[in-house]
Amino acid sequence: MILHGVAAVGLLAVSGFAVATYPRSVLAFLLFQGAVLFAYLARIPPWLKWSLLAVALLGMMPIIGAYNGYYLEIATQVGIFVALALGLNIVVGLAGLLDLGYVAFYAVGAYAWAIYGSPHANLIFGGGFPLPAWTFYLFLVVGLAVGAVTGILLGLPVLRLRGDYLAIVTLGFGEVIRVLANNLDKPINLTNGPKGITPISRPPAPFGISYGEYFYFLVLLIVLVVILVNRRLEDSHIGRAWEAIREDELAAQAMGVPLVRMKLLAFACGASFAGIMGVVFSAKQVFINPESFTFLESIGVLAMVILGGMGSIPGAVLGATVVTVLNLQVLKGFSLWLNELKSAGVTILGFNLADLPTQFEPAKYERMIFGVILILMMIFRPQGILPARRRQRELAEPAPAAVQPQVEPTIP
Amino acid sequence: MTSLFEARGVTKRFGGLTAVHRVDFALTSGIASIIGPNGAGKTTLFNIFTGLYRPDEGMVTFQGRSLIGLRPDEITALGICRTFQNIRLFRNMTAIENVLVGMHARIPLGLAPVLARTARFRRIEAGLWSEAAGLLDRVGLRRAANEVAKNLPYGDQRRLEIARALAARPTLLLLDEPTAGMTQSEAGALMALLRRLVADLRLAIILIEHNMRVVMEVSDRVTVLDHGEKIAEGPPELVQSDPRVIEAYLGRASWAGRRARALD
Repeated sequence: MILHGVAAVGLLAVSGFAVATYPRSVLAFLLFQGAVLFAYLARIPPWLKWSLLAVALLGMMPIIGAYNGYYLEIATQVGIFVALALGLNIVVGLAGLLDLGYVAFYAVGAYAWAIYGSPHANLIFGGGFPLPAWTFYLFLVVGLAVGAVTGILLGLPVLRLRGDYLAIVTLGFGEVIRVLANNLDKPINLTNGPKGITPISRPPAPFGISYGEYFYFLVLLIVLVVILVNRRLEDSHIGRAWEAIREDELAAQAMGVPLVRMKLLAFACGASFAGIMGVVFSAKQVFINPESFTFLESIGVLAMVILGGMGSIPGAVLGATVVTVLNLQVLKGFSLWLNELKSAGVTILGFNLADLPTQFEPAKYERMIFGVILILMMIFRPQGILPARRRQRELAEPAPAAVQPQVEPTIP
Repeated sequence: MTSLFEARGVTKRFGGLTAVHRVDFALTSGIASIIGPNGAGKTTLFNIFTGLYRPDEGMVTFQGRSLIGLRPDEITALGICRTFQNIRLFRNMTAIENVLVGMHARIPLGLAPVLARTARFRRIEAGLWSEAAGLLDRVGLRRAANEVAKNLPYGDQRRLEIARALAARPTLLLLDEPTAGMTQSEAGALMALLRRLVADLRLAIILIEHNMRVVMEVSDRVTVLDHGEKIAEGPPELVQSDPRVIEAYLGRASWAGRRARALD
């Protein structure tokens, strides 16, 4: 325990120092991420664990961001995907409803703020837009509501479907939303089609911090709320009903779980997180177009949930972090490195990398390596990195009245 | 006197096959058994009673109220709960969580108190957990409360299913072959438990059973189905000697011997 505590503190300090010394090094930042993960997993007293995490996320991360703004951007992206993964975790992990079009809810939230928070709405309603920047906070709630309503709208027609059929319909739904965004520039220009919407206003960042820091803290705050909500749902009759539906829909209904209501609730809860993050995303990016909401994004979020461990909150958080960091940082860094080797004309086993045909561009390996990692994970650890653990409860001794004569021991 | 539960003229067809044909059934209290050879329509009848199937003809009432067209969860909320022939526990949840799911229909809480974790939510939740522990105690599974359901021995899984059904606080309990796969002594212990439930909770029970020793010992009344039709009904000792019942069982050459012994 003491060893773990010392190691956690030490790792965090060393990695922070490393990032400060080599702000451009991918490895240094990875070390920092590893230190945060270790602090979470280490066998140390809760107060130490949470204060270490608080120091790392509230203190060290923004300072690292001052050295290298791109890392803060990565951290913000991670936060956005963590919220998305947690939302999808409710639908897929807890309620067992395979949703392949989850990013649609994210798109709906993003477009909600993009349209009203930019001059674009003038084309629809005449003058008066963009709305004042402070309404962004209002739109966080609007995004939640719009996400939830869209979730219910998707849920209603697919309630009778299960498994593969449900997956196909949700996939179609995701594409419908994307295609709508792509084509709703005529007859009324709602989305500006493939050209996308810009400039989307942002609220003024408080306390004179930079926008990078502002969005980092905003996303962190939302993620914390989402985790809290997730835990409370999971730890209640609602979460148990969802899991019962996942385990055996028919038995769940026979035990008194109203399937329609609980499934719609799962869709609405999951979608609402995506709606909020959509609003944040469009303000952060200033520019959005349908390209940000492709089928591949939905699959990416699903991969995060599965990689982390279905139905597990820490799993979804870790899965989202790993996948995002892999895609934005590790694989990008890897292909940059290969590119450098190539342009330097390094020879390996007598083969000059400069002669590499363009089909073998390093950048093209990114997806392949990601795919290989997923395949290996599914073969060697199908339950995910941090699988859901059944909570063990201490049960109070039964009240004397409840003590009935036991069934006789059944072993003859 | 009106019956607690009554079915009249219930018919269910699947395509050209008539699985249940004009069956009448009524129960006011105690334990009633439904027996019959495989494929006689016993489980189909249960599925009609609990709202999984809608009968093509006939009516089903509970406490004077028609059940036709109600969803299974609505029927459960009215006070009828069941177990399944092929155990259908929530396999990856713990024993006590299985029982807690059975209480779902009578939890008077919406989304807001759950998210706000109000005092009322915590009080109700704590009450549910201790009640669930009590139910596990009743079926002798208290020590297995935190075990994942799929890891429990077979007999324990059957008893857990009963505890889960009891969690809905039913007035009428439907048990589909509760002793299947149990040893004779396990089955005996289970029957003792059922009798206690009838006595303590004033529960009415409908039982589908193949174990004739169990049926004859525990039932107040026995209904015999064959080819979807009711061929006999009455106290166990009368049904046992009914020539049509003996014919229904003995008429099937391949397992005639086994059934005859079982009926003894």
